[in-house]
Amino acid sequence: MYEFAYHKPSSVADAVKLLSADPEARPIAGGHTLLPALKHRLARPTALVDLSGIAELRGIRREGDKVVIGALARHAEVANSDAVKGAIPALARLAGTIGDVQVRNRGTLGGSVANNDPAADYPAAVLGLGATVVTDRRRIAADDFFTGMFSTALEPGELLVAIEFPIPEKAGYAKMKNPASRYVMTGAFVSRGPQGVRVAINGAGPCVFRQREMEAALAANWSPDAVANIRQSPDGLNSDIHGSAEYRAHLVTVMAKRAVADAG
Amino acid sequence: MAQPPPQRSPRRREDARFLAGRARFLADAEVPPGCLHAHLVRSPHAHARIRDIAAGAARAAPGVAAVLTGADLAADGLAPLPCAVALPEAARLVVPPRHALARDRVRHVGEPVAVVLADSPAAARDAAERVAVAYEPLPAVVDARAALAPGAPPLHEEAPGNLAFAFEKGDRAATEAAIAAAAHVVALEVANQRVHAAPLEPRGALACFDAASGRFRLLLSGQGLHAIRAQLAAVFGLPEERFHLVAPDVGGGFGLKNPLFPEYVLALWAARRLGRPVRWLAEPSEEFAAAVHARDAHAAVRLALDAEGRFLALEVAFTAGMGAYLSAGGPGSTTNAAAAAFGGVYAIPTGVLRARGAFTNTAPIEAYRGAGKPEINYAIERAVEEAARRLGMDPLALRRRNMIGAAAGAGGFPHRTALGTTVDGGRFAANLEAAERRADRAGFAARRADSARRGRLRGLGLACFLETARGAPNEWAAVRFAPDGGVELAVGTQSNGQGHETSFAQVAADRLGLPVEAFRLVQADTDAVRYGNGHGGARSLHLGGAALVEAIGAVLAKARVLAAHLLQADPAELAFAAGRFVVPGSGREVALRALARAAADPAGLPDGLAPGLAAEAMHRSDRVTFPNGCHAAEVEVDPETGVVTLLRYLAVDDYGRLVNPLLVRGQVQGGLAQGIGQALCEAIAYEAESGQLLTGSPLDYALPRAADLPPFEVVLDEGAPTAANPLGVKGCGQAGAIAAPPTVMAAVLDALAPLGVTRLDMPATPERVWRAIRAARGG
Repeated sequence: MYEFAYHKPSSVADAVKLLSADPEARPIAGGHTLLPALKHRLARPTALVDLSGIAELRGIRREGDKVVIGALARHAEVANSDAVKGAIPALARLAGTIGDVQVRNRGTLGGSVANNDPAADYPAAVLGLGATVVTDRRRIAADDFFTGMFSTALEPGELLVAIEFPIPEKAGYAKMKNPASRYVMTGAFVSRGPQGVRVAINGAGPCVFRQREMEAALAANWSPDAVANIRQSPDGLNSDIHGSAEYRAHLVTVMAKRAVADAG
Repeated sequence: MAQPPPQRSPRRREDARFLAGRARFLADAEVPPGCLHAHLVRSPHAHARIRDIAAGAARAAPGVAAVLTGADLAADGLAPLPCAVALPEAARLVVPPRHALARDRVRHVGEPVAVVLADSPAAARDAAERVAVAYEPLPAVVDARAALAPGAPPLHEEAPGNLAFAFEKGDRAATEAAIAAAAHVVALEVANQRVHAAPLEPRGALACFDAASGRFRLLLSGQGLHAIRAQLAAVFGLPEERFHLVAPDVGGGFGLKNPLFPEYVLALWAARRLGRPVRWLAEPSEEFAAAVHARDAHAAVRLALDAEGRFLALEVAFTAGMGAYLSAGGPGSTTNAAAAAFGGVYAIPTGVLRARGAFTNTAPIEAYRGAGKPEINYAIERAVEEAARRLGMDPLALRRRNMIGAAAGAGGFPHRTALGTTVDGGRFAANLEAAERRADRAGFAARRADSARRGRLRGLGLACFLETARGAPNEWAAVRFAPDGGVELAVGTQSNGQGHETSFAQVAADRLGLPVEAFRLVQADTDAVRYGNGHGGARSLHLGGAALVEAIGAVLAKARVLAAHLLQADPAELAFAAGRFVVPGSGREVALRALARAAADPAGLPDGLAPGLAAEAMHRSDRVTFPNGCHAAEVEVDPETGVVTLLRYLAVDDYGRLVNPLLVRGQVQGGLAQGIGQALCEAIAYEAESGQLLTGSPLDYALPRAADLPPFEVVLDEGAPTAANPLGVKGCGQAGAIAAPPTVMAAVLDALAPLGVTRLDMPATPERVWRAIRAARGG
């Protein structure tokens, strides 16, 4: 890796100050995307702003009809949280399938969502539950947050602080893993609740997206059969040596069906 | 006092070191003062002319001692890296020059173009980014068959049509005649895709040059040091004795670490040129792009049968990718090695093996666990399965009918194959019977129905294998008695994870009557080990064990003379047991350790006896062992996603007599994991047009994980020891990687058979299986 300065602020305000002052500085939480990029010299930040000392980014709590999870919550913490397991078991299950034990003990919710890797798990839950992303300066609806491959509505210097997940009546998740990386090749997160019926597809396209046709079908009939014959167009989907766009399009239907079954 | 009976399967003595983090791998070796660190500038192109290398900025960078290019290498007169494989003259093997640094032209992504030497790894890497190479890209070809097609981009002037060799063995005319006259001819094409051995420890080197003695010292992560030394001697034009090679603990080799690599040449050359030690550690991504790959062999197979399903003739025609250059062992797999195991466990009266090697714009091909035997066994086993399907026969009945020994009843050995291999024996029919029974073939229909109720397709596949294990012929061993009472066992083979510190000690303990703990293994050091053919080909106990037994015999012969002298007895009347020579009925005895001490003092020796009890033995043998077995796999396929789940894996194997059954099981398990990886997930992929590597790391190259594998049931029967070595052992290291691909693919095809799928290539990835299902359903 190249040389960089290192900062470890203890408040969100200080972190934002550091990030705003230097557009080439990067925040680091679990580091699961950034560290490999640094090691391979694919990223050259001037400074790393280590968020691990900021207590206000931690914590998982239930607040009325939602679950609020701090940006620094590790995947293992979400997977094992009684609050999450009780209110949104599908979210806990999703967190428990990210990467492996080592990854789950280092990687964070905020890091995954802010990075918006098309093959990440959390964006499907955020979009599929209609969550709200809370930053140091505003609240962003999930529908407005994910803007494209590795891009989000976050502005330069803006820090993701927490995510508020509304508690659904039902929610389920199913994914097909990439045989090599074990990242998501195609996944579907479905829910029915205060945000209506939502179907979020990850892995298949350059950015997590809602499958509206399936949402309409499930709104009329909440069952795996309702989506079994809805075909996703392969146009614009990702294609690589492990999964062509055509295969991924097929998997969208299969995973949606299984996610509904998972939701019960 | 009698020793307690030796434990059959003691735990590996080396594991205390490995499991506690006390192993010493190359990267753990102390970095000598003044050491330089090497970083390679590698080609980003699959095929390009080098127009210019501008290294001035890199040379001026902080901490940089030198930036060396192919021109410097040429000026110093270093020869290209040799190919160590000999093929019959008729095969016309072309060995184009492979220089440690490219001259004028690069031929695969990752080929070394320049080497930067600096005070730290970071400084070397920083400077390497400042080396500006001007390339003129050329058209590339990555597929072997495409490379041999008219109009393919030519790689080497020496190799018209990109043809590296055209090998043929067997009776082509008789085979053609048998095929023409046969009641049935089954023709199919099967492929062993290109894979990467992916040892956990990447390659690396620590090179020193001593100007006073003119000797090089190379510490490396390698597995066949004497062969690498011979190749180095050829490159440098110096006697082998000028190179001292040592390997510390090695974290896996699998054939990948057999050959000399350009980086080792560069490290030694730079150490001599600059007068400072040079250290190079490969990064994992360099290993995927620029070490070696394996397999890459397409086979066109024709099997002729009579009306009753008896095999009449076999033709296998390989088209094998060699990569851009010939690695030292590259051409051996699909030629000599495949010919040895041609026809597998079946009696086939006549046959011909043909193999064409092709230069492609890819990393060189090298031996990998099984090297040729996986390719040839896969070809015959897939052909047998296809024949059974086409003839409407039970595949196991077809196998039984044609198995070596079947025609002769229980006997049939020794059997001479169509290509001239003499198989000394094996439990072929017994393995098949046991596998069929243990796999509960009778109960499979019920299990399949149960899977079907859950929407899954279940398949059961069985396959046999014949391994021809030996690797390089001949081996050397020595037994030495150290002043501290320890006994050194120096062997020219090499453990890089196999457990030789335990198994060789067991062999010696059995014969010398000393506890296993008394022995120290000396290996992988070309000064301490006079001669050696290293690791590879499942040869270590077969040949290294034989050499050790001979050396032990020489020690005991000498000890007996000395014991007789000290006990004032006739050598012939002495009994040797539990580490002591005893004059029967007299109570007089002397321990081997006491004899070792006595032998060290020339004054106390009888006339004509040289001091010391040490002995060495050169075991000269070109004999092969024939490990064999029958494996069964049961799989479930998710027809919606194409995902294959391996539910059960059973191996019924004959490795002759076993020294340490626990270690044998470990070897079988490791081989199976790699074979299952080839069957289900592993494949090196290059982009066809650009020749860019698409699988440059484990993120893209799918390796099997522990969670993907069921517990392996390994059944070992010691009822057919070989006479090819005094231990009666057969090589167990490669068998799993040979047997698993045809076994797993038979199971997957069995699962898909009800849908009408008859053809599927490895690896059986989810998308590939899904496509096969969809095509069969006409969708």
